[in-house]
Amino acid sequence: MTARVDTSRPQPSDLEPRGSAPRGSTVAASDGPGRGDRDRTIEAASLLGPAPYTPPPTADATVLTDLNLDQAFRTITTGREEYDLLGIFSAPLLRARDVQYRQAVFRDLERPEVRASADGFAAALRTMRAARDRSTKMRNEFQRARWFLEAADQYCRAIRELSDALDRISPASDGFRSTATFLRGYRSSPAYRQLESETRQLVDELSRVRYGLLIQGDRITVRPFADDPDLGREIDGAFRRFRDEPIPDKGYRFPDHPEMNHVEESIQERVALLFPREFARLREYPSRHPEFVDPGVARLDREIQFFLAYLDAVAKLRGDGRICSYPEILDGTIEVSARATFDLALALQFSKRAMPIVPNDVQLSATERILVVTGPNNGGKTTFARMFGQLHHLAALGGPVPGESVRLALCDRVYTHFERGEAVADLRGKLLDELVRLRAILDRATPRSVLVLNETFGSATVQDGLHLGEEILRRVIDRGARCVYVTFLDELSTLAPSVVSVVSTVRPDDPAVRTYRLIRQPADGRAYAFALARKHGLTYEALRERFGS
Amino acid sequence: MRVHLLAPDREFDGGATTGPFDAALIRDLELESTLSVMGGGDDHVQTVARSVLLADPPPPATVRYRQAIFADCLARAPAVAELRALALGALGDEREVWGFGESPESVLYRGTKLLALLLPRLRRLRELAVTQGAAFRSEGFQRLFSGVATDLDETYFRSVEDLLRQLRFPRGTLLALRLGAGNRGSEYSLRRPPEERRRWLRLPFVGRRSPFSFELGERDEAGRRALSELRDHGVASSAQALRQSTARLHAFFTQLRDELDFYLGGANLHARLVGAGLPVCVPEPLDPSPFGLSAQGLYDLSLALGGRTTVVPNDLDVASRPLVVITGANQGGKSTFLRSVGLAVLLAQAGLSVPARRFSTSVPRGVFTHFRREEDATMTSGKFEEELDRMRAIAGHLRPGSLLLANESFASTNEREGSEIAETVLRAFLDGGVRVVLVTHFFDLADRLRRIEPERALFLRAERSPEGHRTFRIVPGEPLPTGFGFDLYRQVFGPAESGASLTA
Repeated sequence: MTARVDTSRPQPSDLEPRGSAPRGSTVAASDGPGRGDRDRTIEAASLLGPAPYTPPPTADATVLTDLNLDQAFRTITTGREEYDLLGIFSAPLLRARDVQYRQAVFRDLERPEVRASADGFAAALRTMRAARDRSTKMRNEFQRARWFLEAADQYCRAIRELSDALDRISPASDGFRSTATFLRGYRSSPAYRQLESETRQLVDELSRVRYGLLIQGDRITVRPFADDPDLGREIDGAFRRFRDEPIPDKGYRFPDHPEMNHVEESIQERVALLFPREFARLREYPSRHPEFVDPGVARLDREIQFFLAYLDAVAKLRGDGRICSYPEILDGTIEVSARATFDLALALQFSKRAMPIVPNDVQLSATERILVVTGPNNGGKTTFARMFGQLHHLAALGGPVPGESVRLALCDRVYTHFERGEAVADLRGKLLDELVRLRAILDRATPRSVLVLNETFGSATVQDGLHLGEEILRRVIDRGARCVYVTFLDELSTLAPSVVSVVSTVRPDDPAVRTYRLIRQPADGRAYAFALARKHGLTYEALRERFGS
Repeated sequence: MRVHLLAPDREFDGGATTGPFDAALIRDLELESTLSVMGGGDDHVQTVARSVLLADPPPPATVRYRQAIFADCLARAPAVAELRALALGALGDEREVWGFGESPESVLYRGTKLLALLLPRLRRLRELAVTQGAAFRSEGFQRLFSGVATDLDETYFRSVEDLLRQLRFPRGTLLALRLGAGNRGSEYSLRRPPEERRRWLRLPFVGRRSPFSFELGERDEAGRRALSELRDHGVASSAQALRQSTARLHAFFTQLRDELDFYLGGANLHARLVGAGLPVCVPEPLDPSPFGLSAQGLYDLSLALGGRTTVVPNDLDVASRPLVVITGANQGGKSTFLRSVGLAVLLAQAGLSVPARRFSTSVPRGVFTHFRREEDATMTSGKFEEELDRMRAIAGHLRPGSLLLANESFASTNEREGSEIAETVLRAFLDGGVRVVLVTHFFDLADRLRRIEPERALFLRAERSPEGHRTFRIVPGEPLPTGFGFDLYRQVFGPAESGASLTA
């Protein structure tokens, strides 16, 4: 048995990113007692937060659903299901310095050379896993060993290339710097060094194995390789004179069934006779290196995917001409401001051509807390409210967020209240349900919370609704939480100095067309009527002109 | 060995791409009737003619290169016809070896069969080049024939015959492989077995007792399938090379047929005009600058081909002026003249004969038409908007040296507005080096141009006889304040008392 470091103890699940999901505790364990100094040097760092990293609490599933973030995150992680990333996307950070730690990692990964090495690392490990899976499925002993060797080779390549790249390009983030340190330590461990050198040597030897086959009827003879003239080349040479330019040809692709048939096995047996030393070493290889994946490496693989998935989504948005930027995280004062921000879920779902999404500005100064949103139906009010909640969740993930010049303070939690389609049958029950849910939110909210409230009070009379709305909003004001409050009732927009009125607008020359632009201005239910009048030439000025003076 | 009959340095690309304005050009210049005569009943000839006429224009030197080849085609029609028949025959051979299966083995089988058929054709091609080549005067044909004679010599034919023999595998199939992923074979290649038996049949790699050799069992059907798969793998690279080789031959003969078909189309048109007793000439291609365009006895092809007995020929000489403004009577032959200019330029730049007694032109960088379209007006965008939109699209493709034929542009709005926009647009085009031949009935526009562009504009007018009849001749003349619509009125309704006051 070769000397092994503790962190690479055999544990099959360590080979799978899925098995390494919430591994914060594993890291914490490696800090624990009973570990020698030698192990410390190769202790894994985390890209998700400063060591020792503990994942923050996960947001409520209903909140993510209300904000349409659940679908956005599913879209973002599509194709990366094996890494089980939704947990990371669902857990917003609570401290500004943790966000900054991640932002630095994100910024590093936006540099093409860092990105390329991260991609290469992930690809090599994916290939590694595929090769290992193949190995276990092989019946033939040599084939099993060869795929196992391939897996180890890919693993070493992943380690070597990422480590070299990080040493060469000197990343700016603490996350990648400590990762580089970890990889350097790991590479200098005796176990890894032996793995790498044996693997490399055997791979080289096998790749040099060439042989000839003579097929005469049903008889097959394996022969040493002799470089006889290639008939394909001769054919090519004979007819190039008719047209030198390449002729498009789909070529041949043979179905890839990795397992040999018995004819191939018989051939392999005889090739092994031609190359006895190489095949003997191949046979021994798997038992010399039964487990080679370090748990810290497996965790790094998963964490990188979180950043890559996020950045790929951002790249898609930017490709659609949308702006995403790193938010400035305020520590102390509570303010929110963002230019040209937009709904992430909508933007991911529709390319710019399929559906232009109108970006909007958001602004709450230090003394303001509540945005009361009014205006014509289907004008983007709910989208605006969602966007406000999304912005706070996304900013706390550490990546770029929709919009530019984004500044905000982190919140302790986002609460949402949207109409529930299902639930109660009678109207009274419906209103009751709504109030119960609002009550639960108001009970838990703190001045550091973000509330996204879409009130309907659909079952109440206008008078009741006004009364209820004012009651609820006053409580929100008292709580001091940040809130976006969607309502039909203009009156609520002037309730207190900390309340700001936001109105969804229509096109002045054609009021039937929504602009989906929401602007800070006094709520005025008559603006829509004025616009219609203007379109039909019924403004004061138009009438004066028509009748002359 | 290249077919370079349309340009000394490159092959005709089949005109695969259709430009965004091709349809407009065909309609505006009534190109179809000309193309139909060029095709002479052969769709392919017609298609090639269309592609070449609409293709990006070649430089003047290439036009002369084509003119020489075209002269050869007219003078040595039988030899050219045999060359074309040879190409058609070779392309037909492929249908003879039609068969199922794209597996390497079947591709290899069909490929060798096709090659066996094509070899005699290649020998005949060489014979033609050697015996007839000397008679051809043009650089294009001379290079083609000398290339054939050099590349297809006796050594070449012997080596191809030997290859065909090898591909019947008289001594078994010899493959070379490398140990690949999962220890399976990779980098398969088909090798030529060495001639002397001793070198490769030495022990212990031979015989039934050899540990390196095995034979499939009598009933081993799975083994036979595996072996045939292995062979397929082994011969795949050769089969692909063979498939590419037959594709190369196909490309060569296709090229030959396509390029000859273009000249055949030109010859068809030439023969038809000469047969009708109409004058044709070899046009003189001029450098792009200064702008040259001059004609004597230029007539409209579509009218002539339509069997009109009296086709009025016209003369023209722009004398370096990049703008030609044609005004005058309605139905006076303005559009016909504009069309005849466009057609003549297209034929001239293609290297063919032109329907005129004498014709010379700068080879333009693209011919564009902007004709008023009555029928295009849709509900969604007004006629005027449509015109503006179309002009904007054309402007995006104009380059210095392009030729724009404009027929009543911007006439779908009122005269003042249309003239102002047209003037602005035209000045922008002229300043950008674009040449324009414009037909307009807007006196306001023509008069503005007369005042502001005295140096750059040439003014022509549809002639009217002293009695007020149209002669359908286009002659130099400044714009007159009114159209001649009243002439038509009078022609239809007879003399009117108020006529004098209207035309005054």
